[in-house]
Amino acid sequence: MFYGGCDVGSRTAKAVIINEDKIASSALLDTGSSPEVVAGNVMDTALSEAGICMEDLSRIVGTGYGRRRIPFAHAMESEISCHGLAAWWSNPSARAVIDIGGQDAKAIRLSPDGGVIRYMYNDKCASGTGRFLEIMAEALGLPLSALEETGDKAVKRCVLSSQCVIFAETEVISLLNAGRSIPDVVAGLHFALAGRVAALARGIGVEAPVVMTGGVAKNKGVFKALSETLGLELVSMSGVDPQLAGALGAVLKAREYANRC
Amino acid sequence: MRFVAGCDVGSLTTKAVIMEDGRIRASAIIKSRPIPADSASAVIEDVLRAAALKLDKIAFTVGTGYGRDKMPFADKAVSEIQCHARAARWFVPGARTVIDIGGQDAKEILMDPDGSILQFVTNDKCAAGTGRFLEVMAKVLGVSLTELGAMSRRARAPVVLASTCTVWAQADVIQYIHSGKDPADIGAGIDSAMAKRVATLAGSVKPAPEICLTGGVAKNQGVAMVLERLLGMKVAPFRKADPQLAGAIGAALLAREAVSGSRQAGI
Repeated sequence: MFYGGCDVGSRTAKAVIINEDKIASSALLDTGSSPEVVAGNVMDTALSEAGICMEDLSRIVGTGYGRRRIPFAHAMESEISCHGLAAWWSNPSARAVIDIGGQDAKAIRLSPDGGVIRYMYNDKCASGTGRFLEIMAEALGLPLSALEETGDKAVKRCVLSSQCVIFAETEVISLLNAGRSIPDVVAGLHFALAGRVAALARGIGVEAPVVMTGGVAKNKGVFKALSETLGLELVSMSGVDPQLAGALGAVLKAREYANRC
Repeated sequence: MRFVAGCDVGSLTTKAVIMEDGRIRASAIIKSRPIPADSASAVIEDVLRAAALKLDKIAFTVGTGYGRDKMPFADKAVSEIQCHARAARWFVPGARTVIDIGGQDAKEILMDPDGSILQFVTNDKCAAGTGRFLEVMAKVLGVSLTELGAMSRRARAPVVLASTCTVWAQADVIQYIHSGKDPADIGAGIDSAMAKRVATLAGSVKPAPEICLTGGVAKNQGVAMVLERLLGMKVAPFRKADPQLAGAIGAALLAREAVSGSRQAGI
């Protein structure tokens, strides 16, 4: 039996299809201006990769900020419960999730069976979200994907004093003007982002092991900085792209519903 | 020696005034340079030229602003809080509250009826509610800061910006532009968002009338109007000088007191 999960986020839309307890296919597209259109496109991409059609999916669950605008979804789930479930499914020992998305960040504490105990959320301030790195990469003239590798070459990491994205942008320019190297600045940015997200996580008292989800989890520089800042063991999702966590959680919910009925 | 000077090195602009018997003889505003001492020297040169005076004619100079400790010619450095409080009493003799909106910060200062500082609160962590917010928004709208300030008056149905964060609000503004909203309505929405953010300072320090608005943003009528409504208090109009000079004026007034050894009534 096939199930579908679709996560329409602020920057990207994701779809995951599972066949019983195995991932059959997945897809990721830029959100663009219409959630309805991208939801259809990303699900079609995943369906054709799995070699099946929409009717083969016994149940589809939608999540993400565009979840109300996924025409083919049978049910909706919050991103919080989806990220929690996906993290627990990939790492059953996980006691917490930190998700850094394109325009928000969440910290979630999990019960031993993957339920949500407590969570905290930031979508008010761009610093502490993926947008921070996007803007900084632009200011440095680097593609977002180059940040990890660049930060790796740091010799003496810069310490950024600004919390605000707007002020940090100016600070980055002054650091470069003062002769600091781009790698030192980038490593500093990874820690600046980690500091903001760590404050969120401390607010709910997360405990190890912590699974990191969301697109930013792919940047090992941020991953390490967050682990160091929190002083806790951070783990990657095993065998799954962390950016797909929301959609994976949604498809797991879809299977859960179907089994209940 | 009748002349005193005040110099305020800010994050975006550097200001200087020369005062004579509590009146402004000359003033200057320049864009701040990367090194605060350079900004201070340049602005003092400008203001001396405008006043047709030599530095040795200045009896006392007070420096303020974030570069206040790095002014080679200043006799004393004083905090911006003290300078703005002092200037507010010069602008508006009965002022009890100063709201100063600078290029990269905002402060609210509460004074007792005699002008002594009771409490103050500063925001320099978040660009929203500082001059920087308006600068970013003006750039998105493609207008100057002065033009942005005048837009509120022409607005008929001001838009509402859903986000506080400058980054997210920028996206809100772009969306309004694309949806064909009247730029004046967007401008008014920006002023309103700005004022709302500044008004949150009043949550920590309860303002008392009269309110004196200082800093470059005080020149924006739209922000002042919304702030009055949100605080439920009149914002006193400024007449005597450019409110952007407030820090430097306060510094010069304190320089005068340093020379005379006392505060003079009515000045």
